[in-house]
Amino acid sequence: MTIHVKARLRLGDDFELKVDHELPLEGVTGLFGRSGCGKTTLLRLIAGLERVKGASVRFGDQAWQQGRRFVPLHQRRIGLVFQEHSLLPHLSVQDNLLYGYRRTPAALRRLHPAEVTAMLGIDDLLSRRIDQLSGGQRQRVSLGRALLISPQLLLLDEPMAALDTQTKREIMPFLGRMATESGVPIIMVSHSPDEIGRLADRVVFMQAGQIQRIETLHESLARPDSPLFEDSGAVSVLEGSLGDVEEDGVRPFGPPEARLWVPSVEQPPANHCRRLRILARDVSLSLVSPEHISIQNHLQVTIERIDPPKANRCVVACRTRDHQLLLAEITSRAMRQLQLETGKPVYALIKSIALLK
Amino acid sequence: MFTLGPAEWQAIEVTFRLCLYTTLILLVLATPLAWWLANGRSHSRVVVQAVVALPLVLPPTVLGFYLLLALGPRGVVGKTLEDLGFHHLAFTFEGILIASVIYSMPFAVQPLTEAFKNLGRRPVEVASSLGAGALDRFRTVILPLTRGGFVVAATLTFAHTLGEFGVILMLGGSIPGETKVLSVLIYDHAEGMNYAAAHSLSLMLLIFAFVTLFVVYSITRRFRVANL
Repeated sequence: MTIHVKARLRLGDDFELKVDHELPLEGVTGLFGRSGCGKTTLLRLIAGLERVKGASVRFGDQAWQQGRRFVPLHQRRIGLVFQEHSLLPHLSVQDNLLYGYRRTPAALRRLHPAEVTAMLGIDDLLSRRIDQLSGGQRQRVSLGRALLISPQLLLLDEPMAALDTQTKREIMPFLGRMATESGVPIIMVSHSPDEIGRLADRVVFMQAGQIQRIETLHESLARPDSPLFEDSGAVSVLEGSLGDVEEDGVRPFGPPEARLWVPSVEQPPANHCRRLRILARDVSLSLVSPEHISIQNHLQVTIERIDPPKANRCVVACRTRDHQLLLAEITSRAMRQLQLETGKPVYALIKSIALLK
Repeated sequence: MFTLGPAEWQAIEVTFRLCLYTTLILLVLATPLAWWLANGRSHSRVVVQAVVALPLVLPPTVLGFYLLLALGPRGVVGKTLEDLGFHHLAFTFEGILIASVIYSMPFAVQPLTEAFKNLGRRPVEVASSLGAGALDRFRTVILPLTRGGFVVAATLTFAHTLGEFGVILMLGGSIPGETKVLSVLIYDHAEGMNYAAAHSLSLMLLIFAFVTLFVVYSITRRFRVANL
């Protein structure tokens, strides 16, 4: 499934949105760029909230906008979730959830209230008034409400930007779960590399009103100049399955030849494909197998690429035994002393790990 | 002092008919206009806004005078009607109804515009994404969330029409049962030195106006609190 968007639109004096691209839609597509780069405008164009003259929007074989044809939003079956809470304040949680469900023809309903409320953990909130919900609960209800129209496409406009870190952490697993379990393609606008790394499968990079690049998350993390590294430096995302909690409260992650141990977290059940996010500056390299050391996670890796140093630090891209990319950030001095070069087998020591979804 | 004769009752009937029809017509006309003023992007909004607000600053006689020209037997509207076999509209109930609709327009449009601005586009966009068409959105989202604005618009329109005098006198004259409204009757009574009759009607209008405004302000306060 793909969506093709073509539009040219002047907004203000020095900003022009100009796109003519086919976006692949599978899983979560992150729309990433700085504030004001046109991400939200593009999203509104896809939704049909912005009616731009001469634009065309084609979703699969449906022409949503082309020439004089313009399908209004209420006939597009798009689930929308906005940044700030957008629940209808005169309705209860239950009536908010069912507002779209009731307007969806029975034959098109694939998702039903019981499973959606269970998936998002909002069963206990149904009879509440909107003003009795916390920010995170509101956002979960908004997600549920959007899912209950059994949408063909979900558009999330910075769904977590207005939430505090704690609430974000609370919502993230639900979003991840929603993406995998509902089977609905998602386009998520975000300016946070962290959110993109956690949730996106594919990234669309936007800058100054134009789409710069469309690539998979792994491709974009393999580039030394990835815009996703702007916040906290180079980052790797490893995928693997999570095992059950063992003694000492840790859980195995990944295959035996590239095994990591992650701190136990209650929520996710075992045997689901998960992501780990590892900051390059939390990874050190060693020539010998490290023993007698407090750091628990060591992986045997092969150096694949060494990026030119910046401010006396350089990023070393290593290939793990299960063929994933792990980035390590070390000083130029350390690199010289260890005589690191491409193709050399080394041990990667990982100081800290965040389990994503 | 407060005995009302048949002339008074007739004036009351004309007045309330005029107020009721004006209010109903204006709610229908003002709703889309106010929505456009609150959410539209066209530059002509400012022009329309100014035109709608004109009755607030113009002397009613000016408005009445031009309406008399337009609706009278030799005016654009009046003459066309006569040519089509109808009667022109000067000195008729329909004539003063049109005048009232124009004269009270800002009192319907402004509270609604304000209410729609406060509502913002978000709830409407959300409702569309959830599959609600335009009428459905109006009924299930816009109306319940802005009913305070509608109550204020209706009450102010009604009360303002009640207080019309100059426009009606210019365009409608003082024809009993047709254009003689309360304010005109009071004027007639005072002119004829019948102060007692003028007084009882004036006091009635005074009390009615006060109660109306009191109700409007309590409602606006309540809705503002409820909207938070």
